[in-house]
Amino acid sequence: MKIIVCISHVPDTTSKINFTEEDTKFDRTGVQFVINPNDEFGLTRAMWFKEKQGATVDVINVGLSDTESTLRKALAIGADKAIRINMNPEDGYNVATQLASYIKKENYDLVIAGRESIDYNGGMVPGMIAGLNDANFINNCISLEIEGTNATAVREIDGGRETIESCLPIVIGGQKGLVEESDLRIPNMRGIMMARKKELEVIAPIDSSNQTNSMKFEKPIAKGEVTLVSPDNLDELINLLHNEAKVI
Amino acid sequence: MAILVYTESEQGKFKKIAFEVASYARAIANNNNTTVTAVCINAENPAELESYGVDKILNISNEGLKTFNALSYSQSVFEAAENEKSTIIVISSSADSKYLAPLLAIKLKAGYISNVSELPSNYNPLTVKRSAFTNKAFESTQVNTENVLISLAKNSFIINEIKSNATIEDFSVNVAENYTKVKSVDKATDKVTIADAETVVSAGRGLKGPENWGMIEELAEVLGAATACSKPVSDLGWRPHGEHVGQTGKPVATNLYIAIGISGAIQHLAGINSSKVKVVINTDPDAPFFKAADYGVVGDAFVVVPELINKLKTFKAQNS
Repeated sequence: MKIIVCISHVPDTTSKINFTEEDTKFDRTGVQFVINPNDEFGLTRAMWFKEKQGATVDVINVGLSDTESTLRKALAIGADKAIRINMNPEDGYNVATQLASYIKKENYDLVIAGRESIDYNGGMVPGMIAGLNDANFINNCISLEIEGTNATAVREIDGGRETIESCLPIVIGGQKGLVEESDLRIPNMRGIMMARKKELEVIAPIDSSNQTNSMKFEKPIAKGEVTLVSPDNLDELINLLHNEAKVI
Repeated sequence: MAILVYTESEQGKFKKIAFEVASYARAIANNNNTTVTAVCINAENPAELESYGVDKILNISNEGLKTFNALSYSQSVFEAAENEKSTIIVISSSADSKYLAPLLAIKLKAGYISNVSELPSNYNPLTVKRSAFTNKAFESTQVNTENVLISLAKNSFIINEIKSNATIEDFSVNVAENYTKVKSVDKATDKVTIADAETVVSAGRGLKGPENWGMIEELAEVLGAATACSKPVSDLGWRPHGEHVGQTGKPVATNLYIAIGISGAIQHLAGINSSKVKVVINTDPDAPFFKAADYGVVGDAFVVVPELINKLKTFKAQNS
């Protein structure tokens, strides 16, 4: 089984979010970049398929050379090969077009991408890859088993879960549940050393255009002070929620 | 310009978000002197949409669409959009709608904007605000394409009841055989889900163990709320992953969010940022949550919550 995991290079979840160039660009100053958590759950599940079912696992990213540290981390975790499509991604559609073209050419059986990146939260890349390549697609996937060419997946739905049967080739929009937080792997020294020798192929993008442009960012209006209520006076809390906030 | 809105139903009944997206689509149409067509799939009473200002209803009744399937549902909405020559297509942010959205966008050759929080600020080219960075920022996005697919964030547009005389047309679609088969669905039908809830009661590690969730569930029941939890709680296996709220879990956009024994890590606060009113109950007055909350109680959850339940029961009895 040939697996490819799409890796987005995103600010660490603890990052302070600021903007620069008159609020048109994300401010990278002092920001640590990591593998998008939703992608990392998928990558870790892919390692399981590699170790238990003999799959090969490639990782791919659309980005400039600054994203290579993130791809090296994926190699150190155990991916076999990394591919970087050399362009600055402008929107999710453009990323999906680039990825879909490479995936089609190389005939991957299983494509895993996070259900969304934690920076732009577009939530479109895995579904668009499936749409562009006419592949099967399961989103919000929290469990995945492959037997031969059959896939059994569990999808999180509003208020529950749904078990789905499908077949390869398939695209998965992954999230926590594909593996547990405690299953995530921290690269060890051996992994880091081996990652240096693994192939990181840089390829030129195909002709494609974006459908949307990011114009400007703004931060939510700062919150006012909290109104503290004494634990001995919970009637006052109920009064405030009823008469002031009007939510009960 | 014509507007199409996909109004979702579940077991034949429209979801509340169906009326949110219909109201949103009506407002866009008013700003552009045009009409709104709603498309619904296996809804029992399509005429219900006439209370939300739609001009036309395409009613799809199809056995093959009995259970949700992203490919055939996206195909159905696509055919409705083609039929109506719609250029702006509005859907909700439910799990199902966000599943079908990218497939639909590819079919429509439409620029797709998710997590939209307001009406467009401009229509030529269409420009609209969406939330990004897990609610830590808003992004103004402009579309280059002729068709636009907008997914409206939950609870970001007020339902507007406008009576209309809509024409209802039966609409048939070409549904190919499903490529994915739903084997089983596991959904608690007697509980309010986080997606539908007006109020969410959420608890964290301050509760000390899963055996103490009884009072959280009771408080939720009194308030007609859904229950949720912090990331450590779901990682410890005290509560199911589906309840995990935050950056790698679920976003919560409710009217009222009550956080009990949750310190308020930045990732958690990001996930609840778009909830309207936040209440925190925590023993530690320095917990970061107090900076993000509207109302706070510094106190022991094991004392405060049972008392709050009693007082709310009295309040509900007096106000019902």
